[in-house]
Amino acid sequence: MWEYTDKVREHFINPRNVGEIPDADCVGEVGSLACGDALKLFLKLDENERIVDAKFQTFGCASAIASSSALTEMIKGKTVDEALEVSNQDIAQFLGGLPKEKMHCSVMGKEALEAAVANLRGLPVAPHEEGEVVCECFGVTDQTIRRAIAENNLSTVEEITDFTKAGGGCGKCLDRLADILAEAKGQKKELKPLEIAPAKPAGLTNMQRMKLVSKTIEEEIAPSLQKDGGDIELVDVDGKTVLVKLRGACSSCKSSQVTLKQFVEKRLREAVEQDITVQEVR
Amino acid sequence: MAVIYLDNNATTRVDPAVLEEMLPFFSERYGNPSSMHAFGGSVGRELSQARERVAQALGCAPGEVVFNACGTEGDNTAIRSALASQPEKRHIITTRVEHPAVLNVVKHLERKGYEATYLGVDHEGMLDLDELRDSLRPDTALVSVMWANNETGAVFPIHEIARIAKERGALVHTDAVQVLGKIPIDLKTLPVDFLAVSGHKVHAPKGVGALFVRKGVQYRPFMLGGHQEHGRRAGTENTTGIIGLGKACEIAQANIAHENSAVKALRDRLEAGLLAAIPEARVNGSTASRLPNTTNISFQYVEGEAILLMMDAFGICASSGSACTSGSLEPSHVLRAMGVPFTYAHGSIRFSLSRFNTDAEVDTVLAELPKIIARLREISPFKRQEGEAPACTC
Repeated sequence: MWEYTDKVREHFINPRNVGEIPDADCVGEVGSLACGDALKLFLKLDENERIVDAKFQTFGCASAIASSSALTEMIKGKTVDEALEVSNQDIAQFLGGLPKEKMHCSVMGKEALEAAVANLRGLPVAPHEEGEVVCECFGVTDQTIRRAIAENNLSTVEEITDFTKAGGGCGKCLDRLADILAEAKGQKKELKPLEIAPAKPAGLTNMQRMKLVSKTIEEEIAPSLQKDGGDIELVDVDGKTVLVKLRGACSSCKSSQVTLKQFVEKRLREAVEQDITVQEVR
Repeated sequence: MAVIYLDNNATTRVDPAVLEEMLPFFSERYGNPSSMHAFGGSVGRELSQARERVAQALGCAPGEVVFNACGTEGDNTAIRSALASQPEKRHIITTRVEHPAVLNVVKHLERKGYEATYLGVDHEGMLDLDELRDSLRPDTALVSVMWANNETGAVFPIHEIARIAKERGALVHTDAVQVLGKIPIDLKTLPVDFLAVSGHKVHAPKGVGALFVRKGVQYRPFMLGGHQEHGRRAGTENTTGIIGLGKACEIAQANIAHENSAVKALRDRLEAGLLAAIPEARVNGSTASRLPNTTNISFQYVEGEAILLMMDAFGICASSGSACTSGSLEPSHVLRAMGVPFTYAHGSIRFSLSRFNTDAEVDTVLAELPKIIARLREISPFKRQEGEAPACTC
């Protein structure tokens, strides 16, 4: 019998946030019936991409259900970006730990969140689902394995199986897992954590666009310019044209147009919409 | 909270009558049965009586019974002995649904250069005897086929299997751990060479078992050391365990009719009640040729470990063939060999009853389990919507 913590048992017997959100802003689905565990995560966001509600449906064992319940408790109230900071170790830690063989349940929670965010941002698949399928039994790719190794500092093939399920079926891929492990350990610095593309919701309303532009300028662009003695002020948002005033050192800088195009406009295009243009108001 | 123990294929409670018979051998009658003094010698006589009781239950001669520690030891010993005594033969036949006590030995021997054939089973968990006939070779040293499957209760036609194998000159071993006390065993008419049984499956304690070795069959001991068991299994005998096994065999033999009437009726009521109360549920394995105490039922859309843990809250003990219970990531090798779809295999629960189970216990399971399945299906993303066809009917 597995040694589950009281908190795992509690979240299994009385899971929080079970169910669907019919008008969810995004849904993330991972796993399958064949694999033995699956999680469907529903998120409801406010206009600031803050998670105001999270619900789940899980097919799986006690730790899968408890991990799902824990995840929803942990991310409610966070912005999407803040939620993405929650790691699978955080989920396990929230539950007071999971048996090592069950760590893949916490990984499933993390992956469902990423799938939901990818869904929000119009991405077809989570980036780690791309790559070479190494474990055919459970459809695990090399990217998922490399990421699990890097994020959880895995050092054995057994640990890879515990965290990703790869190698837990027919076992044909065990040698390949050992190769990936050796390779990953040798090239650890080159491993990049998964980056979910920043919010680029399609079809923003004027209000949503204004809020997102304002937020990006206030939280990212202005502080960056202020470091160099400059500043920026949002004047107006007219359709997809953003009107700004440069302040401080930026107002007299010879390169101000470069700053506007190469920094301000580029960052707003990444964060808000691809076809935003920025104009300076004097 | 009272325990409702429906996991008797895993282990059984020690029968109070067995315990009572064993108790003196833990205390005042502690002599070594191999000793020359009367104090030990009297224990030796009790050991002989236990051997006679076991032989009686197996339908063999007392001299054909070798006491050991468990079914696993019996299986290991039989397989290794059969190969060691026929060094010119390098082929073994077994099935894909054996207990690991056989499967892992055969896999180990494959790594040592032996060839193995694993017979498949159909969707009911039954063997194709033509496949057995086709697999037999002049160099087949051993056919090792379990008599009854521990997970589904499927009973193999061991008499026919043994006859086919013997005709082609192979030795035959059967793991009868699940059979003792449930199906009459008569080794006078069953032409196997080795047969393994285990005490704790038949209301004797853990740590004792017996291997039948047919008189005249060449034998190579697995355990080397002293002269115990006529040199066939070294090591001071587990006297108390053997006394318990002897008594348990006597009781089991007297209760076979009860197993096949009262226990079977209880099992059938449990099975029928669950199937009636829970949609998308099905029995895994043959219902025509099955142990009287076992039912293996799958509940679609939910996972076995979750079911077990929720049942545990009511003191209900059973087993699951789901992946999550085992540390493995794939469901039971038996259910997979039978082609049970994943949709069902992950949600499989084995109930195995004994003569100690009651109608009231079955009533509790019938009252609680449908609610548990419904609760887990509420959580599951795969539950069937009203009006939808089942996800899988195969």
